[in-house]
Amino acid sequence: MTSAISVSALVKTFGRVRALDGLDLEVEAGEVHGFLGPNGSGKSTTIRVLLGLLRADSGAVSLLGGNPWRDAVTLHRRLAYVPGDVNLWPNLTGGEAIDLFGSLRGGLDRQRRDELIQRFQLDPSKRARTYSKGNRQKVAIVAAFASDVELYVLDEPTSGLDPLMEAAFQECVREVKGQGRTVLLSSHIFSEVEALCDRVSIIRQGRTVESGTLAQLRHLTRTSVSVETTLPITGLADLPGVHDVDATATHATFAVDTAELNNALAYLTQFDVRALSSAPPSLEELFLRHYGDELAGAVR
Amino acid sequence: MNSAFTGTGRLARLALRRDRVQLPVWILSTVALGAFARSALDTQYPTEADRLAVLRVAVDTPAVLMFRAAPTGTSTGEMTAFGILAFLAILAGFMSTLAVIRHTRQNEETGRAEMIGATAVGRHAGLTAALVVVVGANVVLGALIALTLVGAGEPAAGSLAAGAGVGAAGIAFAAVAAVAAQLTQSARAANGIAAAVVGASYLVRGVADAFGEVRPNGYTMTSAWPSWLSPIGWTMQMRPFAEGGNRWWVLALPLALLVVAVAAAFALAGRRDVGMGLLADRPGPGQASPALLSPLGLAWRLQRGTALGWGIAIGVFSLVLGSMANAVDDLVAENSGVTGTINDLAGGGAHAIMDAFFGAMMATIGALVAGYLVQALMRPRAEEAGTRAEPVLATATGRLTWLGGHIAVATAGAVAMLGLAAVAMALVYGLSVHDLGGQLAHLAGTAYLQLPAVLTLAGLAVALFGLVPRFAVGLTWFGFALSFVLGPYGALLGVPESLRELSPFSHTPAVPADATAAPIVVMSAIALVLGAAGLAWFRRRDLAT
Repeated sequence: MTSAISVSALVKTFGRVRALDGLDLEVEAGEVHGFLGPNGSGKSTTIRVLLGLLRADSGAVSLLGGNPWRDAVTLHRRLAYVPGDVNLWPNLTGGEAIDLFGSLRGGLDRQRRDELIQRFQLDPSKRARTYSKGNRQKVAIVAAFASDVELYVLDEPTSGLDPLMEAAFQECVREVKGQGRTVLLSSHIFSEVEALCDRVSIIRQGRTVESGTLAQLRHLTRTSVSVETTLPITGLADLPGVHDVDATATHATFAVDTAELNNALAYLTQFDVRALSSAPPSLEELFLRHYGDELAGAVR
Repeated sequence: MNSAFTGTGRLARLALRRDRVQLPVWILSTVALGAFARSALDTQYPTEADRLAVLRVAVDTPAVLMFRAAPTGTSTGEMTAFGILAFLAILAGFMSTLAVIRHTRQNEETGRAEMIGATAVGRHAGLTAALVVVVGANVVLGALIALTLVGAGEPAAGSLAAGAGVGAAGIAFAAVAAVAAQLTQSARAANGIAAAVVGASYLVRGVADAFGEVRPNGYTMTSAWPSWLSPIGWTMQMRPFAEGGNRWWVLALPLALLVVAVAAAFALAGRRDVGMGLLADRPGPGQASPALLSPLGLAWRLQRGTALGWGIAIGVFSLVLGSMANAVDDLVAENSGVTGTINDLAGGGAHAIMDAFFGAMMATIGALVAGYLVQALMRPRAEEAGTRAEPVLATATGRLTWLGGHIAVATAGAVAMLGLAAVAMALVYGLSVHDLGGQLAHLAGTAYLQLPAVLTLAGLAVALFGLVPRFAVGLTWFGFALSFVLGPYGALLGVPESLRELSPFSHTPAVPADATAAPIVVMSAIALVLGAAGLAWFRRRDLAT
């Protein structure tokens, strides 16, 4: 596998603020890569560096085998971008904006454009100033997916879309993935990332804290277990890897590190298990675990 | 208490907080300009005889009357009113219209009004708060103008009348803006309508003064009746300091306009939804025409409204100037003193009278075209700050192509407007003297002498955009204003020669006969270097929102 995006030790400062502090990111060709992080963690800054809109202070950045700052125009022919905050020209219609972006990118597939407009139920003859946030996003999404490119860079593309449109968006991503194209998807919607992404990178305060397939990342986290027994449960909290125990005599809920799951279950059998349910770790929990102390700090 | 005005006080405080820098700067610089004009008088026309001489010439010179006012007498107070009062009224007008739109339509366009409207505030609170703040600003402005004039030793009553006249004009234009804010959906369009009314008011006042009647004493005038149609005309009709002047009852006119316009604005606001205008949006094309599909096509589409507005204004203005030229032509036969004054206005030297007249007028056209060009070159910054440049630059559009497209459209517009001015003047004047071809060639030459200075300001705009994007808009307009205070207005304001040299307009030859290669080449080179530096800086820097 060749990499579509390769970033290592990327640093970008704005005045005294260190927005990116040694960020790493590897996106392989043909994969859908989830890019997660809380607000202000540097996702959009990274994307702007990848698009040559900002200049890296230090670190190595390669995009489709080129230098995103120096080769911006050549590289931009091969990618499509959907910004997180889509601002359009108030006096242009949605249809005009779609055609303009397509043309500036080097041409767009008319049939595909019309089909996408149908799919996203967009009225292309309305002026952009009358569009809602969701409709402005649809304009950018249609313009991106109507372009024949190798790489799609999507910065929180669905934050204003309703569930039906979200489904239409996921279908588009699966289609381009089926054609062997690469997608970098920055998102806050865990179900979307779980449904679409092959691999995920999680960043925090300008650094990458986790990167890997969902299965790999799940291994690093905890499973929630709820159990009912005949005999009173004792000593559960002392087991290695067991956390957050909430137990009455014969009922307990707890979280367990995925690596210690087997040991915990073996221990429980001595109390005669009558019912057991477990939930696999969700991406959301994974995410919250990384930012849990930040949340706690915010509450404090 | 729950009425349509609930929350007005809070919103007014919010507006004051947002404008805590902007309004004081407008007010203080307007007051400073007035004070400066008054003090320059002491060195320029120190004696009564000096002032009488200049007025005797002025009353016979429509072009002077157009840009100054109809004189009311030879006292220093009357001379100050003659020289600067109409200009101060324009500044008060722009301060007021911009502020009213900023706190009404712009809030609606950005969605801020919606958030505010969902709190416990009344339907009319936003507009009322804006008007309260702007009326207050004009009262402060008027009071400070009056105080500085009293401080310069002028009679109290006349000083107060002058200040009140300027403040009242600002209030009248605030009322106009309150109506304009109800009509359109975008703040830009509302600002455009309000600014057009301010410009038209100045023009109507100018024409009325130019065609006023000279009184038997030979140096004071009564303006023609259209003066009463213009809020700036009302300022002058108060006749501050004049014998039989200080006509306080004239203030009833702007106040009546305020009452009527505000009632109309409230009625209009009650009939429409938040965020909507009365002039509704029509659906547009569902597909782009091929002409739009390039960086240049996009730049033209974004700038054409601005270009059209300025083009119409400059075209109409040039027709008026061309028709005034006929009157000047007639005067020359009767009064040789006119020639000297017009030559002063045209930057000195002795010229054939019509050459000098057109030179002076073209300098004004040059100022307008420079204003257009500076405004057009602010568009790239607006695109960048509004994050509309970002998705475009993420396509296969290079930075130089993108910025170059905007510069090309703006510059082509400026070249076309200078040509338009020459053609419009030549049509009116050339046809009346039966020499259309000759006048057209001569006027086109005079018009394009303005181009190097205009382009120098354009170069400054591009360089500042490349180097300091976040400050580019303010600094560029400051440079623009400075080049006029130092250049065309410098002589009238008594600015020292060495400072005046800094303005590109001080180096612009007034008439083709004066033209030498050096200033034209040097200014063009400066424009090119600044523009190229701006492009290079823009290519190297981060996009800045």
